[in-house]
Amino acid sequence: MEAAAEPGNLAGVRHIILVLSGKGGVGKSTISTELALALRHAGKKVGILDVDLCGPSIPRMLQVQGKAVHQCDSGWVPVFVDQEQSISLMSVGFLLEKPDEAVVWRGPKKNALIKQFVSDVAWGQLDYLVVDTPPGTSDEHMAVVDTLRPYSPLGALVVTTPQAVSVGDVRRELTFCKKVGLRVIGVVENMSGFVCPHCAECTNVFSRGGGEELARHAGVPFLGSVPLDPELTRSLEEGRDFIRGFPESPAFPALSCIAQKILNEAPVGLS
Amino acid sequence: MEEVPHDCPGVGSAQAGRGASCQGCPNQGLCASGAGAAPDPAIEEIKEKMKTVKHKILVLSGKGGVGKSTFSAHLAHGLAEDENTQVALLDIDICGPSIPKIMGLEGEQVHQSGSGWSPVFLEDNLGVMSVGFLLSSPDDAVIWRGPKKNGMIKQFLRDVDWGEVDYLIVDTPPGTSDEHLSAVQYLAAAHIDGAVIITTPQEVSLQDVRKEISFCHKVKLPVIGVVENMSGFICPKCQKETQIFPPTTGGAEVMCHDLKVPLLGKVPLDPRIGKSCDKGQSFLVEAPDSPATLAYRSIIQRIQEFCSLRQPKGENLVGS
Repeated sequence: MEAAAEPGNLAGVRHIILVLSGKGGVGKSTISTELALALRHAGKKVGILDVDLCGPSIPRMLQVQGKAVHQCDSGWVPVFVDQEQSISLMSVGFLLEKPDEAVVWRGPKKNALIKQFVSDVAWGQLDYLVVDTPPGTSDEHMAVVDTLRPYSPLGALVVTTPQAVSVGDVRRELTFCKKVGLRVIGVVENMSGFVCPHCAECTNVFSRGGGEELARHAGVPFLGSVPLDPELTRSLEEGRDFIRGFPESPAFPALSCIAQKILNEAPVGLS
Repeated sequence: MEEVPHDCPGVGSAQAGRGASCQGCPNQGLCASGAGAAPDPAIEEIKEKMKTVKHKILVLSGKGGVGKSTFSAHLAHGLAEDENTQVALLDIDICGPSIPKIMGLEGEQVHQSGSGWSPVFLEDNLGVMSVGFLLSSPDDAVIWRGPKKNGMIKQFLRDVDWGEVDYLIVDTPPGTSDEHLSAVQYLAAAHIDGAVIITTPQEVSLQDVRKEISFCHKVKLPVIGVVENMSGFICPKCQKETQIFPPTTGGAEVMCHDLKVPLLGKVPLDPRIGKSCDKGQSFLVEAPDSPATLAYRSIIQRIQEFCSLRQPKGENLVGS
């Protein structure tokens, strides 16, 4: 296998952000997608790398499932999700012949593909590359961190939901970050309360407070709580741009805040 | 894609390590040495060990966060309510072991005896094993690659002294990878009754769950059925229902119909479920009148009925 055949492929990427969680189903892919959309709205060029090999969710969220991936001299050409080519995406989802086909691979094979994804995608010039990961602290995470290390990623956004069962796993993810020397940009608490559309009563469907407590315990910034909004889920299901379509949503302020934090931390001049 | 050996001839095949597609695979040396070709002796050992276990159920989902561990725990609680039923709950989520917390057993330790590892007993008839019990701190991360995770799963199946068990429930992490392959491989000779597959209503979950069902078919694992979790939310104030996770493509019902697998039931979102799990209490006991409890109980009954139709060990088994 060619090792780091094209070191130049990430040379044009200004900042790399990993989105992690120890826990599954907390909204990593959702937050990755919404962050990319928010950064795009701020005029930035964004790439998304979806390294969840078993459950590649992002192509569908951006309505590009089933698109073909082409090769060029420098490697694979990522799929552009919009006409203006301001968001590009690479996911194993594009490489599956049938969408219901399971990727049943053991660790070493997953490592090999992730290394290729990181090194051999011709991203071109990007302001931000958002890397969405599967849950856990295993092969994929080690492969991604090792392969990205030479490019000094900005850090990790760590996503949790409020309840103790999630926080219990995400604490371990924060330990992983420390062990591999990955800076934690901050913790995001997702699914943080639900406002009933009929009577406006707010119910803490998945408990409350865990994210903030976790950030405090680990000594990392707390970036905000994103409440449950069925419109957000629906937008992702239907590939609509939530950031553009729902500025009044209760989820909007928190998502904007996260994007603003990234923009402040890692500003990019006029692209 | 040429560099990635997805045309892997299979670690057990004569071509292992020698085929053209093996070039560059990190396992090439291991396969070429023939080490991968011999069947793992653990498979026979596990078959022996599993002779005292009547029914084995895997709880799977392609998707994370849909409620596998919550369901596994409450399946165990529900079955163990009959004190004459011996229940074992095995958590093979090595990176994110949630079961100790959900069962209220955080901080418990595993003991070794002459006959192997002792599971942690919540009740006389409910034993639990998880990597969580082997970690000294809640902040400890298990940063293991596939082969090491497989080794742990092998040990759990081979070395835990479960005793006489009516139901062994195996809770799995999300995905279709090492843990799932290992569980199926190591239990191959011991006959798994089937898999319960958990999903939530929205397409982003169903998309992954279809892959999981495809995985089950590939490894010839019977599918007991699908549970649709977080299926609707009743506001505690105004009692009106909202679909927090909208079934934009018809939910599990349509998927099950398309893939011809049974839908075991739909469990609505009840905020008390999360609270019970956080406290390590059985939701079935904490909220006996909740529509979610009624749904769980109905599903558990259907699983019991499915298992009772399977021939017990020792009799002529239909090939698995």
